[in-house]
Amino acid sequence: MAAKTNARELRSGPTRRGAMLGGAAVMAAGTLGFPAILRARTEALRLGHLTPRTGFLGALGEYAVLGLRMAEEEINAAGGVLGRRLEILSEDSINPDTAATKATRMLERDDVAFLWGEISSASALAIAQVAARAKRLFVAVGPRSDVLRGKNCNRYMFCTDIPNTVMVNAVGRALLRQGMVKGKKYFTVTSDYVFGHDLLRAAKAFFAAHGALHIGDELVATDVTDFSPYLLKARQARPDIVCLNLAGNQVTNFVKQYAEFGLPFPTVGFNLNTADAWAAGPGNLSGTWPTVWYHTLATPGSQAFVAAFTKKYGKPPENHAWITYVVLKILVRAMEETKSTDSEKLIEYFEKGPRFDILKKREAYFRSWDHQLIQEAYPFSVKPADKMKDKWDLMELGPAVPAEDEPLEIIYPSREQNTCVL
Amino acid sequence: MEFVFLLEQIVNGLVLGGYYLLVAMGLALIFSVGGVVNLAHGAFYAIGAYAAYAIGEHAGFFGGILVSPILVALLGMAFERTILRRFYDADPIQGLLVTFGCAMIVEQLLRIVWGAAPIPVAMPQALKGAVLLGDFLFSRYRLFLLALCALVLAGVWWLLHRTAFGRVVRAGIERPDMVAALGIHIGPYRLAVVALGVGLAALAGALFAPIATVHPAMGEEILTTAFVVVVIGGLGSFWGVVLAAALVGVTRGTTIHFVPAAGEAAMYVLMFLVLLLRPRGLLGERIGRFE
Repeated sequence: MAAKTNARELRSGPTRRGAMLGGAAVMAAGTLGFPAILRARTEALRLGHLTPRTGFLGALGEYAVLGLRMAEEEINAAGGVLGRRLEILSEDSINPDTAATKATRMLERDDVAFLWGEISSASALAIAQVAARAKRLFVAVGPRSDVLRGKNCNRYMFCTDIPNTVMVNAVGRALLRQGMVKGKKYFTVTSDYVFGHDLLRAAKAFFAAHGALHIGDELVATDVTDFSPYLLKARQARPDIVCLNLAGNQVTNFVKQYAEFGLPFPTVGFNLNTADAWAAGPGNLSGTWPTVWYHTLATPGSQAFVAAFTKKYGKPPENHAWITYVVLKILVRAMEETKSTDSEKLIEYFEKGPRFDILKKREAYFRSWDHQLIQEAYPFSVKPADKMKDKWDLMELGPAVPAEDEPLEIIYPSREQNTCVL
Repeated sequence: MEFVFLLEQIVNGLVLGGYYLLVAMGLALIFSVGGVVNLAHGAFYAIGAYAAYAIGEHAGFFGGILVSPILVALLGMAFERTILRRFYDADPIQGLLVTFGCAMIVEQLLRIVWGAAPIPVAMPQALKGAVLLGDFLFSRYRLFLLALCALVLAGVWWLLHRTAFGRVVRAGIERPDMVAALGIHIGPYRLAVVALGVGLAALAGALFAPIATVHPAMGEEILTTAFVVVVIGGLGSFWGVVLAAALVGVTRGTTIHFVPAAGEAAMYVLMFLVLLLRPRGLLGERIGRFE
């Protein structure tokens, strides 16, 4: 009875107590997004770039923008594109809804030639739909879900980072060599959005193909920072190996707390971005991981890029800085060679499979039937603390996968495995 | 066996509750005394973590967690004198807006000074690893956290319920006009409460830094939970906030144990149920000027 009266009283107009509830609502629903908007200047050639700058992928997006700005400066110093100054409009994509809204606005109002960027698979899917509707090119730079170049592929989208299947294969080959697969009990911890689900699917296919037992999985929301309840559950399952299908700073927080609890099972992971490894700090990370690029890669191109980047920003580039840098160079070359910014012409150009120097040993090219950039991948494992030259020198880069005498495409989903129809 | 696992989750939930409490207690106190919903509270939590990291580089981990809350409390006093005090008697929406703005400014400043990339903070070697009692496993660092939270909690309780300062603060929550009529100037007490509140938030930030990472948006993350705790606990009651923090922590852990997918939604369901049955929160008191 008393509660009823209270409820009625509380409904009678705005009160300070109401403001407290309002505050809770604002915090629960709101995101503190800060768009980094560049103002237009005439006759510049504009491209629209979206990438997460906040949230659990924000640290990766920050590196992407550093790589972007460096490439942009170099291109403009060399005379721009098609005789025009290059101007990249880069904004925080925040979440799939906001990403779609911003993509629409960039195409309709900001007069960009086409779109590129992203790290989040979920946001990339949203942008891909906007771009396809507008019949405009979208180059998904950082997302790794198989579905983007599989079930959800489309004519207007190209993907440049390595897909989940490649990451699983890159690490899987190393694990098979170490005898850590057959008959072993795997417990997985998975990021609860399209990317995590996609990676879990690839991981399960790998376990099934090589005789590993998958004894349990925990789905973890992307905004979780405290993993302790999941760690306790992982321990209760008594696995042989704990396997991570996490994304962004989830990886960082998980490995730190794993070390904190001192669980005895070895960990492996099918996704790691170097920024998240650096954020974990030495002594917390262990095991073997996949990567698309690492700054110790000993090719002249990579080392020159690392030196220039380090000189400019005072720290070495992360893999998202590298990939954003090389992709912008690829886009500019495509526009120069086709003498056009027209999406249809660019798509036609990429589908012909020209070879691109991406600062690795072997050149890369887009596959015409799923629009995936075919390139080398690498496993890397954690260096012992006493072998580290500096705090960035956390990982030991393994040999490129596939090996030099193998065709690049063997680690990518084959035409039979991939359901993509453009 | 199953019971031990559940017990692990409950103890773990209590630790989280203690950590939520450090943030929520200040939020509740500042609102109760001043009537301002401090959306910048999370910002002080973040500053506390960064300050502890920066100080820890020179003075070690314990130096960091000791000095950082004091510095942040001083900063909080400056914040109260220059900004917050102007909004005690204003429309609550104005207080919400200005503190929200402050939170955004602080987040960007942290990004400018320390960069967007998360900063790792090392755990002191002595507190690393787990304690094993039979099959019961627990993180040594989190046990330290639990003990420290209990100690701080006892201190705050003593301050509010056993000192002259606490009597004025509690009276000021209920009837600031009466306090004024008795010739007591409430201003300095409000100042002290803000300093105490943001100091506690800074301590929480400093303590959580080695568990997760220090990054500019960390304040925003914890503030949502802190709000939920305050709303569940109810205003004007010390034990209401304590109870709510423990409940939220334990509910999350046990839900993850039984229904993992619902783990992160559990606290909102709890809030919903509590508001349905007790709109003022579990132990919330009727405070005339807030109705």
